[in-house]
Amino acid sequence: MIPAQFSYRRAASAGEAIDLAAEYGEDAKFLAGGHSLLPLMKLRLALPEVVIDIGRLRDLSYITDGGDHIAVGALTRHHDLEHSELLARELPLLAHAAGQVGDPQIRHRGTIGGSLAHGDPASDLPAVVLALDATLIARGPGGEREIPSGEFFDSLFETALRPGDLLTEIRIPKPAARGWSFQKFTKRAMDWAIVGVAVQGNAVGLVNMGETPLRASAAERALASGAGPAEAAALAADGTHPPADINASREYREHLARVLAGRALQEAAARA
Amino acid sequence: MKVELTVNGEQVAADVEDRMLLVHYLRDVAGLTATNVGCDTTSCGACTVLLDGESVKSCTLLAAQAGGSSVTTVEGLAAADGTLHPVQQAFREQHGLQCGFCTPGMVMAIVSLLRENPNPTEEQVRSGLEGNLCRCTGYHNIVKAALAVGCLSGEESTAAAASGSAE
Repeated sequence: MIPAQFSYRRAASAGEAIDLAAEYGEDAKFLAGGHSLLPLMKLRLALPEVVIDIGRLRDLSYITDGGDHIAVGALTRHHDLEHSELLARELPLLAHAAGQVGDPQIRHRGTIGGSLAHGDPASDLPAVVLALDATLIARGPGGEREIPSGEFFDSLFETALRPGDLLTEIRIPKPAARGWSFQKFTKRAMDWAIVGVAVQGNAVGLVNMGETPLRASAAERALASGAGPAEAAALAADGTHPPADINASREYREHLARVLAGRALQEAAARA
Repeated sequence: MKVELTVNGEQVAADVEDRMLLVHYLRDVAGLTATNVGCDTTSCGACTVLLDGESVKSCTLLAAQAGGSSVTTVEGLAAADGTLHPVQQAFREQHGLQCGFCTPGMVMAIVSLLRENPNPTEEQVRSGLEGNLCRCTGYHNIVKAALAVGCLSGEESTAAAASGSAE
């Protein structure tokens, strides 16, 4: 499968990438690792006229300790998240979940920013940054703005990024509650999750349980009122509208969300 | 556009379409046809090559993205005198292939795996090969081959991992 014709531009800096995006507008797409965009282009589900390669902007690949938070450059690869000692210490949920994305080859190319900007509810990291209450930093022609992760995911493949906005950084507060867990159910090892659950403290993120990555609000409210893991997990699918597809019916996804949330909350409690 | 790469230590340059995938560049431009196109959907790993020393799926990378980088295919592993790379030798000794279609990708994935972790456990080998499918289901001997290389003495296995690229 070969993508439709497009014109390839490689940006030498974030500034040049933003200028190119402003020049080409909605006809252009940023290409980071390419592991979400290129498959869509090969299926002709995405047909950008201009592809702006930002994959070489190494100054957007970093993991740094900001005191009360960890700053992760948008072009940090899953492989680098997985093997970061700083993340292992401060945000083990993110390091572990990044190591569950796809397979080693995919993790050598895919980036956290690419995964978030793609806005696929079946991807792992969107639900993880939701559970971690991250703030996303976007830079565009009008300057920089901060978007809370809870306001970032609009609908299927739609985010709060405007055409021309470049996601540059993910800022994650150091969690007060240390217990964490990531549970993911797949058919084959490298597949997207049929359902996934990310837990940090009393925050519960859901993978593939609706049009966007979600927080399991009903379960979180129960935890906040003192419910135990099993009691809260029973509410994990409440208020969600998961898709039915070749892999699973809606009912099966709801069942999986409850089971996986139970395991995740148990594991998080044991680690707290 | 002009795409210049180092492939197995040699400079390759060609004018190609912006949309050309790396795997097609390797097969049709560089003439290195050992790298197979299997699923063409980032699933099977038959097209795995090393990009600057790390395993990637060349069906999910534009040739243009790899421009300026160093690529190693399975053709680049053996020594000039034909001596097989330790991973290739281990595949031969452990009968790590049946039909052979997945083999180039399996070998490259294992070379990358052993560079990152020279002495993996069986579990680490199996999870490290999550991105490579063998339709003959010949996984057992493939894993045995990877472990046989990993079981070499520390010095040898470091050499095995280091010689995985002709950069």
